[in-house]
Amino acid sequence: MSSTESAKTPSQAEQTKQVEQTKQVEQTKQTMKDFKSDQEVRWCPGCGDYAILAAVQGFLPELGLARENIVFVSGIGCSSRFPYYMNTYGMHSIHGRAPAIATGLATSRRDLSVWVITGDGDALSIGGNHLIHALRRNVNLKILLFNNRIYGLTKGQYSPTSEIGKITKSTPMGSLDAPFNPVSLALGAEASFVARTIDSDRKHLTSVLREAAAHPGTALVEIYQNCNIFNDGAFEILKDRATADEALIRLEHGQPIRFGTDHSKGILRDPGSGDLRIVDVTPDNEADILIHNAHAPSPATAFALSRLADPTTLHHTPIGVLRNVDRLVYDTAMAEQLDAAIEHNGEGDLTTLLTGTDTWTVVG
Amino acid sequence: MASQVSSPDDQAIPGGQRKPGKEIRRLDRVIIRFAGDSGDGMQLTGDRFTSETASFGNDLSTLPNFPAEIRAPAGTLPGVSSFQLHFADHDILTPGDRPDVLVAMNPAALKANIEDLPHGAEVIINTDEFTKRAMAKVGYDANPLQDGSLSAYSVHEVPLTSLTVEALKEFALTRKEAERSKNMFALGLLSWMYHRPTDGTETFLRKKFTKKPQLAEANITAFRAGWNFGETTEDFATVYEVAPAAAAFTPGTYRNISGNLALAYGLITASQQSGLPLFLGSYPITPASDVLHELSKHKNFGVRTFQAEDEIAGIGAALGAAFGGSLAVTTTSGPGIALKSETIGLAVSLELPLLVVDIQRGGPSTGLPTKTEQADLLQAMYGRNGEAPVPVIAPSTPGDCFAAALEAARIALTWRTPVFLLSDGYLANGSEPWRIPEPAELPNLRVDFATKPNKKLEDGSEVFWPYLRDPATLARPWALPGTPGLEHRVGGIEKQDGTGNISYDPANHDLMVRTRQAKIDGITVPNITVDDPTGEATTLVLGWGSTYGPITAAVRRVRGGGGQIAQAHLRHINPFPANLEKALKAYEQVIIPEMNLGQLATLIRARYLVDARSYTQVTGLPFKAEQLAHALREAIDVVD
Ligand code: SF4
Repeated sequence: MSSTESAKTPSQAEQTKQVEQTKQVEQTKQTMKDFKSDQEVRWCPGCGDYAILAAVQGFLPELGLARENIVFVSGIGCSSRFPYYMNTYGMHSIHGRAPAIATGLATSRRDLSVWVITGDGDALSIGGNHLIHALRRNVNLKILLFNNRIYGLTKGQYSPTSEIGKITKSTPMGSLDAPFNPVSLALGAEASFVARTIDSDRKHLTSVLREAAAHPGTALVEIYQNCNIFNDGAFEILKDRATADEALIRLEHGQPIRFGTDHSKGILRDPGSGDLRIVDVTPDNEADILIHNAHAPSPATAFALSRLADPTTLHHTPIGVLRNVDRLVYDTAMAEQLDAAIEHNGEGDLTTLLTGTDTWTVVG
Repeated sequence: MASQVSSPDDQAIPGGQRKPGKEIRRLDRVIIRFAGDSGDGMQLTGDRFTSETASFGNDLSTLPNFPAEIRAPAGTLPGVSSFQLHFADHDILTPGDRPDVLVAMNPAALKANIEDLPHGAEVIINTDEFTKRAMAKVGYDANPLQDGSLSAYSVHEVPLTSLTVEALKEFALTRKEAERSKNMFALGLLSWMYHRPTDGTETFLRKKFTKKPQLAEANITAFRAGWNFGETTEDFATVYEVAPAAAAFTPGTYRNISGNLALAYGLITASQQSGLPLFLGSYPITPASDVLHELSKHKNFGVRTFQAEDEIAGIGAALGAAFGGSLAVTTTSGPGIALKSETIGLAVSLELPLLVVDIQRGGPSTGLPTKTEQADLLQAMYGRNGEAPVPVIAPSTPGDCFAAALEAARIALTWRTPVFLLSDGYLANGSEPWRIPEPAELPNLRVDFATKPNKKLEDGSEVFWPYLRDPATLARPWALPGTPGLEHRVGGIEKQDGTGNISYDPANHDLMVRTRQAKIDGITVPNITVDDPTGEATTLVLGWGSTYGPITAAVRRVRGGGGQIAQAHLRHINPFPANLEKALKAYEQVIIPEMNLGQLATLIRARYLVDARSYTQVTGLPFKAEQLAHALREAIDVVD
């Protein structure tokens, strides 16, 4: 124990949360540079991770949070190197476990802004259990899932989001398992905030991150990320101007869901099945085109939207915020239970606890 | 309820004055075993008798023994649940080898336990349950109450079930409901036989059934009926008295405590003494769940308990909380440790304080969930990839779990390392009187967090290096998120010495591996004391963990018979006490009893090149003192 001065303990930190936040607003404005660490970035040149890193470093200053109050926790994989490049607190942990580790941190330190960086293998394969439970618990975590539909760091095996038939080193005759749709999965796991965005669309990425940051509870943001070494062009259909208009469905809360050249296509709810249908917009049906409601209490429509995408070609992929609803936040509720326990029983007294009710005394 | 040992006669006794005609016999110690079906409430009965005995001031030791199934098939041998209690007017160390009294609630309970009784033991049998069918179910061809097979014992045939139903006839209960109180009838009878105070049990029943006052009254009525039955029936001619064990205890205030409760209290105390909020990440598992249950009751101490989705998340959340400055704990049993291994390795690499509590049970795999074993020692020592040293400590008695928790916290916080605490099923569920520590006796566990940069670079700028170590302890600084200017990243990839940046440099890795090992090797732990009263012993018996009671009891027997033997018991298994080698080499022979196949012996032989002999047992039950004494005598004879 080298230092003699004691830093504030977390419990004190908890109490001064309010004060801290006021202070942060007042302090001199941070810039993108303040969030860059001194470490050399070691992703492959051209990797989509660079764009995401830049977007995150670029938008964090606007949150007005002091960088010492921000923590990035990651698992294992290319994307999970992310925390090393952020000049905040950070932990590069073990494969799949970042949501669990971040849960412990976020529930015990509510004064912190905790972000999880993960990938499709990390979050959906080895760490699938932790992801779904973080989502259902609704701990105050922001989970950025970099989905490149491949294992990069282990050099190119298929991942749980790879399309069926994917030829890789471990599947020379094509993969056999059906992929996860991370957005559908998150909606099924009771997520209160689910969004999807794309590495190369800085503006869209930033706006989604902004909404995620403002969300109390767990926010899952799936980011389509190009791995130019092992799965180059996986999202090209959504990026290429020639195809993107037809392939990409941009969701905006309160707006009719339309896409295609000149917004010629739209989404209709089939009155018979209740399912969603893609239609050519005509003067007759224009008024019936589905209005996107990210705040809908039921996740049913968001789920139906997530199913529009073709798992192989990614045709008709919705991006934007699919769901954003308020519900009980785990760490807030936990803190309230602690407060209630003190209110009912008083602050714990050690001597009373150890003594209990049945004692006897031995006199010397 | 508080009582004075010096005046046990203050205790209320229902049923008024004792009738003349009952002989009073004084005993120095008694072993009672309650046995019945899993659904008969034997654990509760044993707990209550224990509480009465503790408040009376006897020394005591208990051994609950129950099946893993919540409701094992009724009336079968695997469904038998028992609770053994040893109490005395002097200090005792074990729950006892062979019961002096067996209460058998049904034929299965009789059959499963009768072999353990010495001739002359008293057997109280619930005759109501000895139907043809029930006896046939456990393989009694003839009625053991009639075929003379119990002639070596003093048998009391008591129709416990029908007497209970009769006593409760005034209550609006079905026969089935009334029958359920038969354990309280038995408790009342035994309480009468051994002159136990009864206030506590009546208060307990009223509290337990606050919402169902009728059930409270019914149980109390059955309890008193059992007492009065003993008082009036001629079959029970003797009342026994076991005086309080005043001389066995150092002055102070005492309570009875089980290992898991003591452990939970130790963790809360460590949190208070360190000023760090307690965070428990855990997944339910037998026999560790009671620690989770207990801690979740104490949120007013700022305790956060997190029931995770699995064992891995339990330790993961704890490690996250440690990064944030909590006193972080995960509790589990052997199978859970197997799942947590990777995260323990990460904690070794991150060099963050973390308590890993393993309440060992029979293994491998699911093994014997409700039975005890010490077979996770090598898993705790070595069960990780890479060179990942972790300190290991073990409590020796139920009450000692309290002190062990504080010691684990001291090591974790001072050396910034995960620490293994190896308890076991026997300690967890067993109980004993425990002297409540005075506040002044508790250690100061305050931690200094890093608050400012610790390194001046050549260009004059001041920076924070997360792996710049304290030269005395080799511990790294603990800088909490939220501290301005100390932003840093940690991870499981090898780090450069000092800066903590990723490094694949061969020489650096060699240095870091050796430094992490040196840090653990350098942890200061108290020297081991060897008990060798005459100084003439040639054999040393060495133990660790929960075998303390049986080994000490065995050593007393050997010495009582004129044998010479030295005894030492390890709390710290990694690192070993500095004087251990010298202590071992002072004896011609070292014998190590363990409830595994010789794991400590393996460590000792490897480390010190001492030809230690193993004496092992893996029955899921603790050693019996006499059996161990016999083994020790044989060992001594070989040398002498
Ligand atoms: S392997 Fe792919 S994902 Fe990994 S750094 Fe290279 S380009 Fe990026």
